[in-house]
Amino acid sequence: MTDPLDGRGDPRDGDDAVRGAAPPATDPPRPTAPARLGPSPALAVSFLLPAAVLLGALVMYPIAYSVVRSLYDAGGDGFVGLENYTAIFTDPDTLVTIRNNVIWVVVAPIVVTVIGLIFAVLTERIRWGTAFKLVVFMPMAVSLLASGVIFRLVYEQDPDRGVANAVITTVADVFRSNTGYPGARPRENDLAPATVADGAVVLRQPTQPGQSVLFPLVGLNRESLPADETPAAGAPARPGEITGTVWLDFTPGSPGAVNTIDSAEKGLGGVSVEAVAGGKVAGTAVTEPNGTFAITGLAPGSYTVRLPAANFEAPFNGLTWLGPTLITPAIIGAYIWVWAGFAMVLIAAGLAAIPRDALEAARIDGATEWQVFRKITVPLLSPVLLVVFVTMIINVLKVFDLVFIIAPGSVQPDANVIALEMWRVSFGGGGNQGLGSALAIFLLVLVLPFMFFNVRRFRREQ
Amino acid sequence: MMTTATAPGAHAAPRPGLAARIAGRAGGGLIQVFLILIGLFWLLPTLGLLVVSIRDETDNNASGWWTFFTKPAQLTFENYTNLLSSGFTSSFWNTVWITVPSTVLVIGIAAMAGYAFAWIEFPGRDLVFLVVVGLLVVPIQIALIPIAKLYGFLGIFGSIPGVVLFHVAFGLPFAIFLLRNFFVGIPRELLEAARMDGAGEWKIFSTVVFPLAKPAVASLGIFQFLWVWNDLLIALVFADTENQPMTKALQSQMRQFGTNVDILAPGAFLSLIVPLILFFAFQRYFVRGLLAGSVK
Repeated sequence: MTDPLDGRGDPRDGDDAVRGAAPPATDPPRPTAPARLGPSPALAVSFLLPAAVLLGALVMYPIAYSVVRSLYDAGGDGFVGLENYTAIFTDPDTLVTIRNNVIWVVVAPIVVTVIGLIFAVLTERIRWGTAFKLVVFMPMAVSLLASGVIFRLVYEQDPDRGVANAVITTVADVFRSNTGYPGARPRENDLAPATVADGAVVLRQPTQPGQSVLFPLVGLNRESLPADETPAAGAPARPGEITGTVWLDFTPGSPGAVNTIDSAEKGLGGVSVEAVAGGKVAGTAVTEPNGTFAITGLAPGSYTVRLPAANFEAPFNGLTWLGPTLITPAIIGAYIWVWAGFAMVLIAAGLAAIPRDALEAARIDGATEWQVFRKITVPLLSPVLLVVFVTMIINVLKVFDLVFIIAPGSVQPDANVIALEMWRVSFGGGGNQGLGSALAIFLLVLVLPFMFFNVRRFRREQ
Repeated sequence: MMTTATAPGAHAAPRPGLAARIAGRAGGGLIQVFLILIGLFWLLPTLGLLVVSIRDETDNNASGWWTFFTKPAQLTFENYTNLLSSGFTSSFWNTVWITVPSTVLVIGIAAMAGYAFAWIEFPGRDLVFLVVVGLLVVPIQIALIPIAKLYGFLGIFGSIPGVVLFHVAFGLPFAIFLLRNFFVGIPRELLEAARMDGAGEWKIFSTVVFPLAKPAVASLGIFQFLWVWNDLLIALVFADTENQPMTKALQSQMRQFGTNVDILAPGAFLSLIVPLILFFAFQRYFVRGLLAGSVK
């Protein structure tokens, strides 16, 4: 018993495995075959009857019923012609589902096929290829509901709970030294020297070089300040420069003078400061740990001094995977996780069937691995790649469970797809089985070209 | 002769071979690292589900599941005992009562039909079989509304037999396709010999063809089993609350995802235990089924 995930099983095994895909060309219809021993055609009826009854009653009849039902209204009493179909293409909600299905069909099958190809080619080169294939293939055995629950956990917003954001914020923190002071603001009264405009903290009075200015801020918790913040200091005025201090103007436990630097108050380091003249930034500086700054190299004149909004933005907290913008890419990510193994196993089986001699001959002739891959492997694999690709398109058109499970209720309209909308309008509270039938027929029409593709492929293989 | 012919080649080979081997080993190392990372990437989400399912609700709210690596003591089976005492077991058995009959019926019915398509000649056989191939891709959405009506009329809407019949009908095209293709590969002589001996078609089917088809039946069985076990949509429409399988029972908990991870995580993990065991035990048949019918 060799392992089929290891594409190089014994030859009999491989033969078995591909039998379905490429059946031996036995048994062409033979009208001239002698009827001496052959069973009578009438006998076929008894063998086929159970399947025929079930397929007729539960698959074929529903197709006909749905076609008719789609021409009637929600309750099924009034004939409405093609109105349900025009509704599909005019209603903004269903148009979103069509847009999402287009995104799915354009992105998911190609990504799954390419990833499957890469994995299949790479696993041929390692000893533990079978183990790798088992791991990547495993999600195929798991229900899409369980996969959905798994990815709801992965995509949780809070970086302390969702592993996706935990990874992203960890990586992002490496590249960001300045954590900023979210929540810091000037006092809201007329005596405060600064005020808020467009998120930035701006001095009320224009400033000339040679002046020293004050940015007293509140709204920060002293304990949340970095430990290396030192007591705030005044900045002496210097000719040709605008100097000043940005500090937390709050003394715990004592009244402390407002808008003046007290000894117990802490400076805010790392804050960027800009001097603006005529709408243009003329000079910038960053505060020291004691809160002082000096903007140098300024021409004489009048400047507006401000602390840009970036100083006060909340720290990066990960992406909102399950929000309206990212929801479809997020679900496609889960889909790829589920289906890459399928593509990999199919392509690996095709790869195992490629004659080694062809590859070796090319290598001996001096072809690089990339050339071998591009010029020999991929062309020889193209039938398998096409099958994987088409299977994925059919599958993606019908995608339902993952969207239904991963998208939170409030975001579901943004993530909606045709198969889900069909269920929603017919059973999930929509109460419009006319529109539901039309959506089902629409889905059937979408897979029809691939149905013909399969039939043609099958006939050619016979 | 042979040695003299190959000797120059054997001499020339090491020089490019060595360089290529060094480059190959470095590249091989990179590939190993890359594939290990990918493998972790694929394992991590499921591992996360497992760990979340064996952590206390307050722990799950307070910190990420990965912190258990440093504090393994916080693990508990409480979520599982709570879940099992809350009636989840009945939905587990519903899943079994839906899945087993669906699988057995599909195998039996499809084997008969596959035999007829492979070994009994009747007018229009090839055309009818092409229709079966066409039915492979029909989306189940097309049948939800009509069959809901039909089941209402027959009085089996919401019942387990109704769910089973739906699964059987939509499992049949793939099953017939798979088994017929296997059957036509059985040597004609075996059947002819049995016919010579005067065996009837039923006897040939049950004593010659079906036993030979065990690998294909195993592939089909595992495939159909997993498909039915993992289904959500059909259960959502056709199973009453008292007959609902695990997938539907869990889906009804999704609305309060944030607050009942302690139910969802162990439930989802329980629902995937049986498929995973089957998968690891029978993966060769599962892969064959995929290779044979990669059209659905």
